Amino acid sequence: MASSSFEKFKSDGTLVGNVVEWVDARFPMTSMWKAHLSEYYAPKNFNFWYFFGSLALLVLVLQIVTGIFLVMHYKPDASLNASGVPVAFASVEYIMRDVPWGWLIRYLHSTGASAFFIVVYMHMFRGMLYGSYRSPRELIWIFGVLIYLCLMAEAFAGYLLPWGQMSFWGAQVILSLFGAIPVVGNDLATWIRGDFVIGDSTLNRMFSFHVIAIPLALLGLVVAHVLALHEVGSNNPDGVEIKKHKDEHGIPLDGIPFHPYYTVKDIVGVVVFLMLFSVVVFFMPEGGGYFLEFNNFIPADPMVTPPHIAPVWYFTPFYSILRANTVNFLWIDAKLWGVIFMGLGVMVFFFLPWLDRSPVKSIRYRGPLYKGALAIFVVAFAILGYLGIQAPTPGRTLVSQICTIIYFAFFLLMPVYTKLDKCQPEPDRVTFK
Amino acid sequence: MKKLMLSLLAVPVLAFAAGAELHLDKAPDKAGDVAALQRGAKVFINYCLNCHSASYMRYNRLHDIGLTDAQIRDNLLFAADKVGEPMRIAMQRADAKQWFGAAPPDLTVIARARASEFGSGSDWLYTYLRTFYRDDTRPTGWNNLVFANVGMPHVLWELQGEQVLGEDHALTLAKPGKLSVQDFDAMVGDLVAYLKYMGEPVAELRKRLGIAVLLGLAVLLAFSYALKREYWKDIH
Repeated sequence: MASSSFEKFKSDGTLVGNVVEWVDARFPMTSMWKAHLSEYYAPKNFNFWYFFGSLALLVLVLQIVTGIFLVMHYKPDASLNASGVPVAFASVEYIMRDVPWGWLIRYLHSTGASAFFIVVYMHMFRGMLYGSYRSPRELIWIFGVLIYLCLMAEAFAGYLLPWGQMSFWGAQVILSLFGAIPVVGNDLATWIRGDFVIGDSTLNRMFSFHVIAIPLALLGLVVAHVLALHEVGSNNPDGVEIKKHKDEHGIPLDGIPFHPYYTVKDIVGVVVFLMLFSVVVFFMPEGGGYFLEFNNFIPADPMVTPPHIAPVWYFTPFYSILRANTVNFLWIDAKLWGVIFMGLGVMVFFFLPWLDRSPVKSIRYRGPLYKGALAIFVVAFAILGYLGIQAPTPGRTLVSQICTIIYFAFFLLMPVYTKLDKCQPEPDRVTFK
Repeated sequence: MKKLMLSLLAVPVLAFAAGAELHLDKAPDKAGDVAALQRGAKVFINYCLNCHSASYMRYNRLHDIGLTDAQIRDNLLFAADKVGEPMRIAMQRADAKQWFGAAPPDLTVIARARASEFGSGSDWLYTYLRTFYRDDTRPTGWNNLVFANVGMPHVLWELQGEQVLGEDHALTLAKPGKLSVQDFDAMVGDLVAYLKYMGEPVAELRKRLGIAVLLGLAVLLAFSYALKREYWKDIH
């Protein structure tokens, strides 16, 4: 619904009414409110999986607000202080100890990073359950994958900032991957680091990316994601279009205004989320070593390589795919294959709308082939994630190779098995009890 | 088919069989035991804070464990002039590196850094500090079960005595120290409790606050759920 199709606000003569009319004559205030909230009609049958979009927005705001306060005290400086500790590392501990409530702000931000990925992974899985990426929502999905890419870059840059051992060596491993690119690789890696090794210049540019460049892109993409969604309307667990059946006012019969119905429902989701989030923040802020890695409480030391370098949990499935490539093949080095497949592993999500050839959208009406494929995919993704944390052994490498093949087979064979699948007929209207 | 599935399930189990194990003794839990933490602070400042700094920790933060500025100034302030200063040391890092092979690390967050899949950071420290043994092949004359070929000598040897490593890879007390085994273990327990406290001084407050936050959110949950129910009763 274009915002111009809404009538301008007319004052009832009160002071507040006059102010709103004045603003509304100059800015699309009431029309935006209506188009996106009070007269945006969402299907009434949203279930559990539909909480994660608003939760992602909540975590984004949380990260921005806590981030603003962290930047007031954090110092992106790799030089050593009088006690031989890098200034950046010491400034994080300064926040934890000497800044009033700094520990809480820092834990909210560090836990928020992991929460962001949990919420986004659930949100993406929802799309795969109910075919939310299918026509006419391909562009919403593409914006979403771009958001996911930005999030990965944001998390990577942010993880360098505490300047602990894992920050340093994780960045060392990942940035050196650019060196695998033929001909220009080493020069490219040097250009990205800003030095021949990870150093102060790398820390400063990652700080710049983390607090300015990527958040700007992220915010723009989130706006585009929501605008695209509101242009075509939300999908739902039945995968049927609610706009096919409208009443005499043009309102979908199965649609309800987002505000107040989904705002009050999402508040419940937000409170439950905050309770789980608080359990981590207040009782296990290290998340068992997965949210804050133990080795990262040791300041970065270029002279001491940790025996085992593991990325944070949200990157581990792709790290496993990287390490699963152990064969030099077609004159191409195994390391480069690893980089290629790791990149493809993320990029392949862009093509999902066109790989899926099923006549139905929702898993509720799909046949056993897609259900089985999605289940195996989830298991393979989880195993890859687990293996990415572990030190490699020949057995683990073999398992990760099998899971990597399953991972890509899920996408590449999708046009075949979604077409062959025995689907059930979709209902005409959404099911709602 | 079923057999194939079962054998497939077994693959990861075999693949995930872990490598070298590290056996750690469980450190006694003395969090919130103010007397133990104060004893631990005394041991730390007397024995550790000469080679190791704790440069993110200010002396007056010890208010947390019940010490007053006057008590800190009179009993613990050897390496600083004011109670607001951080726990720094006089030893130069370049010198330290020459003397020990590596500069002794800052210990403020050591209890957090030493956590691993084998146990908490406290467990590691509790085991490490109690498993020094005589080894004439090392420049310091000491070696350690948890941290092989460690550069640090056994600073607490006068208290513990001298242990030797037997053929069966077990330690025996060859020469007793000033403290009995029980008293020494208790003292190390105090020290480790202090190191854990120092790693995150806010930990106890954090947990107390967490309970209040969760209770508050539970109330909010009840109201927000009632609000949702009220609005949604019109939707059929």
